[in-house]
Amino acid sequence: MHYEGMGLVIMILRAFKGGVHPPESKNTANSETLQMGIPSKIIIPMVQHIGAPCKPLVKKGDTVKVGQVIGDTESYVSAPIHSSVSGTVTSVDTRIITSNQAIMCIEIKPDGLQEVAEDIKPPVIQSREDFLKAVRASGLTGLGGAGFPAHVKLNPPKDTNVDTLIINAAECEPYITSDYRECIENTQNIIDGIKAVLKWTGVPRAIIGIEDNKPEAVRKLTEAVKDIPEITVQSVKTIYPQGAEKMLIRTLTGREVPPGKLPANVGCIVMNVTSVSLLASYLKTGMPLIKKRVTVDGDSVKNPANVEVLIGTPIKEVFDFCGGFATDPGKIIMGGPMMGVAFYSLDLPVIKNTNAILAFSDKLAGLSDETPCIRCGRCVEACPVNLLPFELDRLVRAKKFEEAQQNYILDCIECGSCSYTCPAKRLITQSIRIGKDALRRMAK
Amino acid sequence: MDKQLLVSSSPHIRSDITTRRLMLDVIIAIMPASFAGVWFFGTKAAILIAVTVISSVLFEYIIRKVFKRNNTVSDLSAAVTGLLLALNLPPALPVWMAVVGSFFAIVVVKQLFGGIGQNFVNPALAARAMLLVSYGSKMTSWSEPFTDVVSSATPLAILKTGGEMPGLWDMFLGKIGGSLGEVSSLALIIGGIYLFARRVISWHIPVIYCGTVFILAWILGAGGSFTLYPVYHILGGGLLIGAIYMATDYTTSPMTRKGMVIYAVGCGLLTVLFRLYTNMPEGVSYAILLMNVAVPLIDRYTKPRRFGGGANA
Repeated sequence: MHYEGMGLVIMILRAFKGGVHPPESKNTANSETLQMGIPSKIIIPMVQHIGAPCKPLVKKGDTVKVGQVIGDTESYVSAPIHSSVSGTVTSVDTRIITSNQAIMCIEIKPDGLQEVAEDIKPPVIQSREDFLKAVRASGLTGLGGAGFPAHVKLNPPKDTNVDTLIINAAECEPYITSDYRECIENTQNIIDGIKAVLKWTGVPRAIIGIEDNKPEAVRKLTEAVKDIPEITVQSVKTIYPQGAEKMLIRTLTGREVPPGKLPANVGCIVMNVTSVSLLASYLKTGMPLIKKRVTVDGDSVKNPANVEVLIGTPIKEVFDFCGGFATDPGKIIMGGPMMGVAFYSLDLPVIKNTNAILAFSDKLAGLSDETPCIRCGRCVEACPVNLLPFELDRLVRAKKFEEAQQNYILDCIECGSCSYTCPAKRLITQSIRIGKDALRRMAK
Repeated sequence: MDKQLLVSSSPHIRSDITTRRLMLDVIIAIMPASFAGVWFFGTKAAILIAVTVISSVLFEYIIRKVFKRNNTVSDLSAAVTGLLLALNLPPALPVWMAVVGSFFAIVVVKQLFGGIGQNFVNPALAARAMLLVSYGSKMTSWSEPFTDVVSSATPLAILKTGGEMPGLWDMFLGKIGGSLGEVSSLALIIGGIYLFARRVISWHIPVIYCGTVFILAWILGAGGSFTLYPVYHILGGGLLIGAIYMATDYTTSPMTRKGMVIYAVGCGLLTVLFRLYTNMPEGVSYAILLMNVAVPLIDRYTKPRRFGGGANA
């Protein structure tokens, strides 16, 4: 890998092994982001991130204002949760969102006034500690989907030496274009965010990694950084899962994150492009994370679009905003089709790390029957972390979990490339998840 | 909303490759060689192919019923095995022997071990080896092309015993004695290109297997360093059909590229050793069968390196 000069776009060919190339289906790439108004109700779960759940700070009957902190916790790996509307709390109870666990949720009835909380003002930053406190206060968690609290990520362990900030604009999942629209519509804000992070963390350089199927965004970003030597834009090959943090680090720097370790252990911090843009907005206005651009697509949706949505909006209302359903949906996915989560109900909310909601008709949603593994090796070819998916599938089904661990099942990033490419339509990713879960339980 | 939503694990989309489609691609790829066989050897070849394929499919249907397992005929793998077996047989072989071969390939080697994906050697090659041992005389009675004359002259046999070799052009097109499907190098290569273009096989096994044979034949062969002796080894005998269609069988070849290289070199080495240092003029079938059996060992020692190179678990 070589630089031809600072701020220039360099073609980097795929530098991680494997991956797959599903149809990109970026149908909403050219749709300007629509603003959705205030929904009929807001549901805010107390877990929208990796880390400790927040405790609700309000109770039924309380009034809340926009930007007010309504959930927080003392734990380090966590981030506060704010109200996205002004209104009245109608309930605080547990609900099942996706996984089988009941999560505490605050439901709010908006009053339509959108009164802003009194303490909303741009933070005063004079030191690194101030900066990290501000990042935490913004409620920012990884907006690329992973939801890792940003203030923890930007405070890497003392024994690591971070020399590169990677800005993840890859957006490798089919359908999703929300990061792309951020690059097009909010280019300068992104750059401002990057500059702030570099300044207060002391990291010397930043690379914006973006897939080459987004030439317009590459052009705009390159233009915006042309006079900034510390920030470069690199266009990378469009291959899934290019946007997975370990893969992007490998592609842009050639370094591989060791199993069980952090990107910081190989000198990198990876932030999603929309995250860094939100950070810039927060530093300028003091308004925390309360809205999100969501790509709405799938063959059941009448008018696919990118929509800016208040966090906590029930997805049913977002779909209605996009014209409702042209055909009865067979499957609703939060996220992309490769790693997204299937929802059991339309009454569930958009949360911080929702970047897309997809509605598929029965035709696209159906599952094929599994047939026997023919040992074709496509899964091995596709796996970006050098695993033997067919073997892990076999071992898990035979309940040989320890042997699965010896075959590094815990290294799996659950990207789904193996299942995607399997001609026998085997549910390999599901098997691996079962195996990992079994090992977690056995470790307790 | 009344209708229930499907909730399943990601990924929620799949590529459109299926096992059946892969098998169909192999059938398509082997068509040129099949037509060449019928062209050179006439009706008897067509009948042999038809009987072998039909009996293979029937045996699979019947044995799955007997075992009370699901019917797998529609995945086309039995048809592929039947077709490949037929192409490995002498064109004048009595048809009932081919049926015995089908039985051995489908019922014994494949279904008794668990069906598709579970066979430990290539079923068609194992059947050929069994027939060679059981009916040696008829299995080595080769036909002259375009006639009903039966002789023992294949190019490799002539190479071993001496005599006038057919021209290289005839060997390339297929106007020689040999198994039904092995004679036309041209047809086999066309099919091989199709398989590569359709991404059914990778280049590693065919190219490295043939390359190894070429180099070893060149070094060890009788003809001296600068003759075309190694080319006779490539175009004659079952090397091309073996390297492109038999050694590349998914179930009996290694799972990683590194493993495939070792496997292909092993196939090439054994083929040349059998051809040059034993009584047999041909060595491909046994070479591939022996390497098939070594595949689990190869797989165990060619596991990919761990991403991020962590300490071993």
